[in-house]
Amino acid sequence: MMDLLNGLITLANFVLIPALAYGSQLALGALGVTLIYGILRFSNFAHGDTMAFGTMVVVLVTWAMQAAGISLGPLPTALLALPFGIAGAAAMVLLTDRAVYRFYRAQKAKPVILVIVSMGVMFIYNGVTRFIIGPEDQRFADGERFIISARDFKAMTGLDEGLAIKSTQAITLVTAVVVVALLFWFLNRTRTGKSMRAYSDNEDLALLSGINPERVVLVTWLLVAALATVAGTLYGLDKSFKPFTYFQLLLPIFASAIVGGLGSPVGAIAGGFVIAFSEVGITYAWKKVLVYMMPGPLEPDGLVQLLSTEYKFAVSFMILLIVLLFRPTGLFRGKSV
Amino acid sequence: MTSREIILFAVVALLILGSGFLQSWNTALLILNMGLISAIMSLGVNLQWGFAGLFNVGIMGFVALGGLATVLVSAPPVAEAWAAGGLRVLGGLLVGAGVIAAAVIAWGRLAGRLRGLVVFVLIVAGFFIFRAVFDAGVDAVEAISPATTGYLGGLGLPVLIAWPVGGLLAAGAAWLIGKTALGLRSDYLAIATLGIAEIVIAIMKNEDWLTRGVKNVIGLPRPLPYEIDLQNDPGFVERAAGFGLDPTTASTLFVKLGYGALFAAVLVVLLTLSQLALRSPWGRMMRAIRDNETAARAMGKDVTGRHLQIFILGSAICGIAGAMMTTLDGQLTPSSYQPLRYTFLVWVMVIVGGSGNNLGAVLGGFLIWFLWVEVEPIGSALMGLITAGMSDGSWLKGHLLDSVAHMRLLTMGLILLLVLRFSPRGLLPER
Repeated sequence: MMDLLNGLITLANFVLIPALAYGSQLALGALGVTLIYGILRFSNFAHGDTMAFGTMVVVLVTWAMQAAGISLGPLPTALLALPFGIAGAAAMVLLTDRAVYRFYRAQKAKPVILVIVSMGVMFIYNGVTRFIIGPEDQRFADGERFIISARDFKAMTGLDEGLAIKSTQAITLVTAVVVVALLFWFLNRTRTGKSMRAYSDNEDLALLSGINPERVVLVTWLLVAALATVAGTLYGLDKSFKPFTYFQLLLPIFASAIVGGLGSPVGAIAGGFVIAFSEVGITYAWKKVLVYMMPGPLEPDGLVQLLSTEYKFAVSFMILLIVLLFRPTGLFRGKSV
Repeated sequence: MTSREIILFAVVALLILGSGFLQSWNTALLILNMGLISAIMSLGVNLQWGFAGLFNVGIMGFVALGGLATVLVSAPPVAEAWAAGGLRVLGGLLVGAGVIAAAVIAWGRLAGRLRGLVVFVLIVAGFFIFRAVFDAGVDAVEAISPATTGYLGGLGLPVLIAWPVGGLLAAGAAWLIGKTALGLRSDYLAIATLGIAEIVIAIMKNEDWLTRGVKNVIGLPRPLPYEIDLQNDPGFVERAAGFGLDPTTASTLFVKLGYGALFAAVLVVLLTLSQLALRSPWGRMMRAIRDNETAARAMGKDVTGRHLQIFILGSAICGIAGAMMTTLDGQLTPSSYQPLRYTFLVWVMVIVGGSGNNLGAVLGGFLIWFLWVEVEPIGSALMGLITAGMSDGSWLKGHLLDSVAHMRLLTMGLILLLVLRFSPRGLLPER
């Protein structure tokens, strides 16, 4: 019985909690991708670098606040800097839309042209971010590191295994829930949100009923900037901020959005968790858990790690391939075929 | 050739010659050689994008597979490693391939609920058998003097054979991707290729038994003599003196010119083939499919099949270019493959040169490569000018001077967006 509990705690500590936090970050990223896909109808390759740009603003403002002695006590100062980051990212994407995307929208360019254009935008965002903050790792997390540290947990429960909950993981989950709730309330309850969904479902019909497309696009970019900055900041707090990592996040984020069904917000969230749990589960060495769970003779000798952690991108890719092969519209029947 | 083509190629030639006169001939030849390789890569991408409208963002992966081929073909085999676990590693790979084949066959033969169950059990059980056979072999191979070898090595064949083999490897990967992602939305191919590129690089960085991972494979054989041998050859020294050159300079120039000649030969062959293909009925069909898939399908053309064909061909060309590049470097460094450098830069080449025009792709390859190399010195000169008025040691000045390296990305992004906006057909438009 004790063994079973210890096994469960280990599982929670190394798999469930990290995957839950990572999944929330991916879900927020995928929501941004899926919104752009639904409204603007292209896959935005610049999304990872939008996240990096917004997070960079957050990092810079956080540093300024830390220097000025402003803090949130046990919570990271970055939460206070978040609105500034969102404003920065929003300014950047709106400027980009005005200078770049609007022209192609007016032309009714093919989606693939927009994808190439977004690649050029990605180059520029990437260059700007590196130009301002440099390509290195930056740490900006402060405040309490743990809600429960492994040692406290052991002392509290008397179990052999500890359960550590990092405060960034808890903040990630809480923030993600709040953001997603706000987003769904906005999309389903407000007039603007409804007009966005109408525009996404049927552009011509929406235009006929008097919806202003430029306003829909504007609101979409604002939402995307906010989602990207929040996702990027949470990821940066949880791990660390490095511009290139955000570019690499593009693959799991796209995989999440496609697995859930491009254009479907619920799908993006589900997809984020599917990808996160598979990534963490497949690259985790299960030996410790299995030793606790299995009866003596069945205990494994090896690490029971299906793939080494360097292959985590391969996991999202394999899931992506399987979905493309067997269910190209995704779990929640996105609009794309 | 039209006068526009002649003028633009002359301009690029002048730019490269200019860097020869102003900087050094060594630099100029380096730009020329990598320009030739870039031109081949952009020829391959032009085949996919210009002919068929396929969006491939995994060029880096296909280039890296070409590099892998160079190691597998030309590196000397490590006999002890083969004796220790080579066969076991091969056996493991065969088991893996067998499991996948069995799963595919089972999926085709069975039906209903049983099908999913059988395939799932096959794959899970197969995976553990594969790891059981494979891992022990890998450990044995990697234990053999890891500081110098620790890998299986290659076949020890002449390095030129690696070029077509690189094309074949890339074609294999392209087939796998094309089979799954073609026929769906155009963006899906982009995302799938982005994924395969990351995975190829991850494999090359982590499978030490195959590529030595981040320890790099150095000292790959060359198709040309080494500089030091030339310098010790009295006949060569005498001829160099005839040109008024000292032996060291003469030998480096000679080797670089030799590579240039080899690369140029490959480029001419591929360019001729592409031109013939473009003008053939096949090329016309491809462009018809690109311009109106529905109409082409109504005419009885197998759109997905043709797309698969041209996707494989284009990727193979990128693989050949990758093998050539690794041959030029003489070493394989998996960590040097960066998507911004290998995938997105090639896209800039194709778009700027003129998608759908083979000569345009070649021109774009040379021009953009030249800019990529020269933007940094120009940028730092410019930055020096901008910061000249600032006081020495100020934070902003130091930061601006340090950030010059990142100017490249900005410049390339800007070039891409400007060309797409104001001259979407590129420098040499499709005819």
